[in-house]
Amino acid sequence: MSLDAITRGPHELPPDVCIRYIDLHKAFGKKKVLTGLTLDVRRGEALVLMGPSGTGKSVTLRHAIGLMKPDSGQVIVEGFDMGKIRPAELFELRKHMGYLFQEGALINWLSVAENIALPLIENSNMTRDEIDERVHAKLKLVHLPDVWDEMPSEISGGMKKRVGLARALITEPEIIMYDEPNAGLDPEISGAINHLMREVSETLGITSLIITHLVSCVRAVADRVVMLDEGKVIVDLPPEEFLASDHPRLVRFLGTDPD
Amino acid sequence: MSLLRGFLQFAENVGYQVRLLIAVLARLGHVGKRRMQIASQLYGAGNKVLHVALLVSFVMGMVISLQTGLVLAEYGQQDQIGTVVAITMAREMGPFITAIILAATVASAMAAELGTMSVSDELAALEVLSVDRTSYLTMPRVLAMAVMAPLLTIFSDAVGIVGGAFVARSQLGVGITLYYDTAIEALQAPAAMIALPKDVYGGLLKALVFGVTIAVIACATGLRTRGGALGVGNATRNAVRDSIIAIIVTDYFLNWLFYQS
Repeated sequence: MSLDAITRGPHELPPDVCIRYIDLHKAFGKKKVLTGLTLDVRRGEALVLMGPSGTGKSVTLRHAIGLMKPDSGQVIVEGFDMGKIRPAELFELRKHMGYLFQEGALINWLSVAENIALPLIENSNMTRDEIDERVHAKLKLVHLPDVWDEMPSEISGGMKKRVGLARALITEPEIIMYDEPNAGLDPEISGAINHLMREVSETLGITSLIITHLVSCVRAVADRVVMLDEGKVIVDLPPEEFLASDHPRLVRFLGTDPD
Repeated sequence: MSLLRGFLQFAENVGYQVRLLIAVLARLGHVGKRRMQIASQLYGAGNKVLHVALLVSFVMGMVISLQTGLVLAEYGQQDQIGTVVAITMAREMGPFITAIILAATVASAMAAELGTMSVSDELAALEVLSVDRTSYLTMPRVLAMAVMAPLLTIFSDAVGIVGGAFVARSQLGVGITLYYDTAIEALQAPAAMIALPKDVYGGLLKALVFGVTIAVIACATGLRTRGGALGVGNATRNAVRDSIIAIIVTDYFLNWLFYQS
């Protein structure tokens, strides 16, 4: 089923917007994480989310893929209200979305190829040869052609992230989310991941949401940069203007960036 | 207040376990698709437990034989020791011992494995990839335990009876032939509906219920693990504790159902 075929929810978005956060609130116990987040994600753009730790960046992403429900407010993804979406609709919608977890989140008893192929084995009618062909293509895209039979425990952290990216791309999603793709990587591997994200965004036209703390990632990948603070958007600018901004909170935050 | 909170937490946990069990039953049609995962779980459960169950059951048969044999000998009834050991093993000790060993070994491993998947975002990854977690992770584990618990119980019953024979012969002076004749005769009591001795099918049915209970509790605990390595440790401990409590409580009600009602 194509995304167009299932996009028939009552919540109409402008054609160029694929995700809309409306006055989103989320708390964990007494800790308020999101306090009225409002944000549009435009189709095809690479949107970078920055901000101090604990300010709700991952929580923002997890709402858009249905891993969390809002306490109040709305998250509309391709016409579906994620707070009220039915399980069957969410199941279909997620086939058109990819998510790269911070540590890759590879299933540890499956090989690299089996991890990448898993969504297709589970949810498609493709033959084994067709699946293998696509897995090969995605491994080549992330520049890891020789790890087919390796187990997750046998590859490095950077390789795990690239395998995670290949897995996120295997269903050829329209939207992909990256949760700190550069965290814990050396500058060379981090640069390679940035290059990959840009490549995915440009060549495949995929909408990308990226959480990062690194200015190098903003420079290499972003079409637009949003800074969150205390659960709200405080800055929303193109990358050049973002990096040149004199917003006091942004200046204080970027002043601590090792980049 | 904390008592009320504890009760509400308990009720919420049981509710989640019941929902999980229903979800597993609804996915029994996926057995063919999940045959590899089921085979892997069967092998894991059997391979980890068989030697322990055999050893413990053999010694338990010896203990039952010695304890009851000494009392029976006071009344000159030691010839009936085969009957006592066979019925005790088939009705109670075989399924019970097997279940306790499964709880200590397999349930702890299941909770730790799923708990680790939870804290490392692997469960969230499966959800995001639109993989049905109940079908992929839980159903194979529950089904494997439902099959393996009765199978292991058959071995436990048999080995326990052999252990009892060893003591009966060496310490109570009861002949091997007499021991086995009385044991077999005891297990051939007529059943009302099933063409199997009631003590045998009753014990195996108990084992099946224990196996399912243990697996559901372990999976439910593992799937809801939060809080890193500490959370995984807590989940493992809670899964074993809750499984053992559930086995004992369930055992009472099954005994009441089979033998009193």
